[in-house]
Amino acid sequence: MNIFTISYKNLKAKPLSAMLNLVLFATGIFIISFLLLIKNQFESHIEKNIAGINLVVGAKGSPLQLILSSIYQVDYPTGNIKLADAEKLKRNPLVKQTIPLAMGDNYQGFRIVGTNHDYAALYKGIVDIGGLWKNDFDVTIGAKVAETASLKIGDHFSGIHGFMAEGGDKHDEFKYIVTGIFNETGTVLDQLILTNISSVWQIHSHHHHHHDGDADDDEGEEHEETAGSPHHEEMDTTREITSLLVFYRNPMGAISLPRNINKNTNMQAASPAIEMNRLYSLMGIGIQSVNLIAYVIILISGFSIFISLFNSMKERKYELALMRVMGGGKTKLFTIIILEGILIAVGGFTIGFVFSRAGILFISGYAESNFHYSMGNLFNAKEDLLLLLTSIGVGLLASLLPALKAMRTDISKTLSE
Amino acid sequence: MGPSGCGKTTLLHLMAGLLRPTKGTVSVNGIDISSLTQSQTDQVRGRQIGIVFQRPHFIQSLTVSENLRIARYMNGQKLSKQEITELLNKLKIGSKVHSKPNELSQGELQRLAIARAIINKPSVILADEPTSSLDDAHCVDALNLLRQQAEHTETALLIVTHDQRLLPFFSNIIQLNSVKQ
Repeated sequence: MNIFTISYKNLKAKPLSAMLNLVLFATGIFIISFLLLIKNQFESHIEKNIAGINLVVGAKGSPLQLILSSIYQVDYPTGNIKLADAEKLKRNPLVKQTIPLAMGDNYQGFRIVGTNHDYAALYKGIVDIGGLWKNDFDVTIGAKVAETASLKIGDHFSGIHGFMAEGGDKHDEFKYIVTGIFNETGTVLDQLILTNISSVWQIHSHHHHHHDGDADDDEGEEHEETAGSPHHEEMDTTREITSLLVFYRNPMGAISLPRNINKNTNMQAASPAIEMNRLYSLMGIGIQSVNLIAYVIILISGFSIFISLFNSMKERKYELALMRVMGGGKTKLFTIIILEGILIAVGGFTIGFVFSRAGILFISGYAESNFHYSMGNLFNAKEDLLLLLTSIGVGLLASLLPALKAMRTDISKTLSE
Repeated sequence: MGPSGCGKTTLLHLMAGLLRPTKGTVSVNGIDISSLTQSQTDQVRGRQIGIVFQRPHFIQSLTVSENLRIARYMNGQKLSKQEITELLNKLKIGSKVHSKPNELSQGELQRLAIARAIINKPSVILADEPTSSLDDAHCVDALNLLRQQAEHTETALLIVTHDQRLLPFFSNIIQLNSVKQ
């Protein structure tokens, strides 16, 4: 027997009212905790994939689209840029390093990206089995690709035009061969099939050739088209890539480079940091308003705890007086009532906390198959602790008045009634 | 002994330290409880005084055994299972250990109230109208029980009542009269 059991039994004696308070509190915590998780996962995902890239240069269009397509590999590319232009940019003294990207095909929904080995190094991709691509049509695949598409070293496969698993033309003439598999990195690399740029060019020049033979030419619609002009394959001046990832040599680059590119070339430059901030601020309003609703729910639940405790004080007046008669001090009675409020709050917190994690795990299972994104860690010590402290605070506040009332019970008067 | 409204209960509450005297002192076992602090009074009352009230009230959310245990816990002592079983068996409600108070009959509640009053081995048992709601047979039962337990534990027993049926059983009787103002 201790104070804790007394409080607990008192709550248990009124299961319906306790349940209502618990459910209300848990709902509020669930929403807040869930949003917090989503937000954190999203931000860490965004952060991880930016991986220090200062600028993305691609064809003119939406800057956000350029970032989404070239860094996160989710949206369609804005178009192509000339390899010669990209090479020129590489020689700019403000530029430390560039990584070219050429894309346009997929295998089972996983994008095939032509690039160089720096791209793998950028995401700290360590080859688990086999090695990095060496020759044309060698590919090194991300961990998730290997798992989902069940590809092994030495497997052959042909890409499908576009970014959808179905519906595009199959490039049957050229078969890729898996030469390596990356370890899981928790970045976009896990979802990619990497090869050299030349492979992408070859496949698409053939592809174009093939189509050129057709009477009805439908080349124009392929805005995500990557390959160079089919008729001048050997000429570097007409070679094209999808985009170029740029790293500045020094902060000066941020000032002049993007403006220069956007103004003086037919390419556009987009900063991942700026575009992602723009995206955050758009989403922020939605998240904030849902958050607000959740806090209102917690407030209501706190009020409901207060009312049930306050009401029960009337019925329990005699019991409280009895405890005093038995030698229980005023502080003991005070603590018992406060503890009842806190028990509900902490109980509600625990339920909401557990359910939000379960919800995230459920969604992440769903998201991994559909959007190719895995959810990482489920705990954020600082924010979780803050939420727990807030809960305890609400429980404390809600039970404060009833507890004071319990403490002030006039024993003699109550007992002689 | 005395008519309604003459201040019997007030006197009992004063003796139990539930009320503070405006004049004079109240001593329990040599301790002047009227000069102690509130929490010290609570302690002394919990350990030295067992009280049986007119209507047997219990904490409804706790079981019979928990209601006894809380009487000990409230003044910082522990109670073993064995003590509870022995006491409840002696009072013939041993089978109700795990029942809730609202599942007990009036007579059983009365016995449980006595059990609670003596659980801390107090130096004095104060009973406030313990028999007023009982019929003749139960009245005698309850009275005998109180007396037995008091004698058994060598505890002083003081009953406040207007119940004339109790008169023949006691040697020391204090008569209170209401003062007409």
